[in-house]
Amino acid sequence: MNLATILARKGAQTVTVRSEQTIREGLALLARHNIGALIVVEGADRPVGILSERDIVREAARREDVFARKVAELMTRDVITGQPQDDLQSVAHTMTEKRVRHLPVVDQGRLVGVVSIGDVVKAQRDEYRGEAETLQAQLLADQPGRSQ
Amino acid sequence: MGKPGTTEQPLRVAIIGAGPTGYYAADPLLRQEGVVVEVDLYDRLPTPYGLVRLGVAPDHQKIKSVTAAFDKVAAHPRFRFFGGVEFGKDVTLADLRAHYHQIVYCTGAQTDRRMGVPGEDLQGSHPATEFVAWYNGHPDYRDSQFDLSVERVAVVGVGNVAVDVARILCRSADELAKTDIADYALQALRASRIKEVYLLGRRGPAQAAFTNPEIRELGELADADIAVVPAEVELDPASRASVEKNPDRATMKKVEILQGYALRKPSGKSRRLVVRFLVSPVELLGDASGRVVGMRLTQNELYATPTGALQPRATDRFEELAVGLVFRSVGYRGVPLPGVPFNEKWGVILNEKGRVLDPDTKQPVVGEYTAGWIKRGPSGVIGTNKPDAAETVECMLEDLAQGAVRAPAQPAAAAAEALVRQRRPGYVSYADWRQLNELEVARGRALGRPRLKFTRVEEMLGALGR
Repeated sequence: MNLATILARKGAQTVTVRSEQTIREGLALLARHNIGALIVVEGADRPVGILSERDIVREAARREDVFARKVAELMTRDVITGQPQDDLQSVAHTMTEKRVRHLPVVDQGRLVGVVSIGDVVKAQRDEYRGEAETLQAQLLADQPGRSQ
Repeated sequence: MGKPGTTEQPLRVAIIGAGPTGYYAADPLLRQEGVVVEVDLYDRLPTPYGLVRLGVAPDHQKIKSVTAAFDKVAAHPRFRFFGGVEFGKDVTLADLRAHYHQIVYCTGAQTDRRMGVPGEDLQGSHPATEFVAWYNGHPDYRDSQFDLSVERVAVVGVGNVAVDVARILCRSADELAKTDIADYALQALRASRIKEVYLLGRRGPAQAAFTNPEIRELGELADADIAVVPAEVELDPASRASVEKNPDRATMKKVEILQGYALRKPSGKSRRLVVRFLVSPVELLGDASGRVVGMRLTQNELYATPTGALQPRATDRFEELAVGLVFRSVGYRGVPLPGVPFNEKWGVILNEKGRVLDPDTKQPVVGEYTAGWIKRGPSGVIGTNKPDAAETVECMLEDLAQGAVRAPAQPAAAAAEALVRQRRPGYVSYADWRQLNELEVARGRALGRPRLKFTRVEEMLGALGR
């Protein structure tokens, strides 16, 4: 299983923000879409950073004028990105080790989606459940007279 | 009028596609407590089970036993099967909207990805799925032709489909004769002159998609020796670093099995199956008459992407492989359905968790859903579609509770049946299918085979007296 599998059932919409927008605008997007992070893009959907709720909370605890500031000032610039063909196992390992909660997925320089650690855990769980289901169906078929 | 889902007005659901996902979607709907659901399962073919009948290899009968669970779903009194009724042709989206509260598309990934290399369309170069559909007796492919008089064949890819194709090509006629492989395919393969089959993986042994039982099975063929290139089954530095950081027993075992094959000596069996790694075709070579005679391969090296996944990168080392037949199995994608929003990027129906989305507003299209490979792309095993379909059904019931269902003009089971009868008088019901199944099994029993399939639609309808 790879990242494309996760993105395929997440609709076509990726919520993005531009670095010159304000934190107020960013917060509104987070609230409206009920999500934890925004991908900051430039030009034709080229990701340049990520703005998470934590970035905002951390800054708000420090100073009061956070709302009027620019996304560029608070965003994390050093972002790990994925590719659609990256396999889930490697991605799960890297996201866990590096404490990454949101992974922008990039194809030929353009943002094509975001995968959260929750998406990855769910996909892995469904993969294991699917394998268990298949094995169980075969075992039961070997035992005539038994029902599920 | 109140919400549907009661004895007076059951929730009427049409499921398109009678593969595993269709049943996995029907099952939780029919088992709902407190919601009365009626399911009509449509398939364009007269036979159900989708890829379990027409994709799973004939020498893997045990995997096909999952159909027993599907038949249990079909035994529910509020379940009906409309076989041989094609969506978009025999019944349109408008028809279904007039008869059902909810529609679920489960049509799978019906087409293959192209390799994108010159010569791909030369004679003798085929999608692996076409060969699979042919040997499994798919009515649309039973008349396909494959030149099995050549000596060397390449199968591009190392996923389940590629492995199935290579294994079937290497099986002896005696091995195949015990399976439910289509009878014409058995005859054709009996006359096969193939001596060498190459399985070509673009990455290394640690990244290959095949499972350990599958690769072990390749080493136990009655009349084919397995071979690998020793240097290609040694872990490259990137793979070594990756397994050290993130150890995985199944991966280590897979590499160990393949390294074991490197030590094997030819035992004099009549065929040879060669599993190659770190190679990609860059061109298929043809002769003057436009037939494949070989392929040019580039050797790859692996590099780690930022997430640690290993991807192949072409080097400037090339080689040529003389082959007269090529099967490509480098990925699959869904086919758009008439009137249903499609996501070209991923080759699936545009959806969120199984709710079909309007491409303009990105909001759900009320009453339309999707599940399985046409929802998420081809991944996992048969059972992976169960949690996938469950997610879709959860959305359907949530929407029902919110009152977000269609209000069809004719929400009665009898009206839908009348429509189908009018459009496809010879449609196949589940009882009809059970009868066909018994006939196939009986025909097979006489030959010592699990079944002898009907492979033409007319043959099936004829057997039912239509």
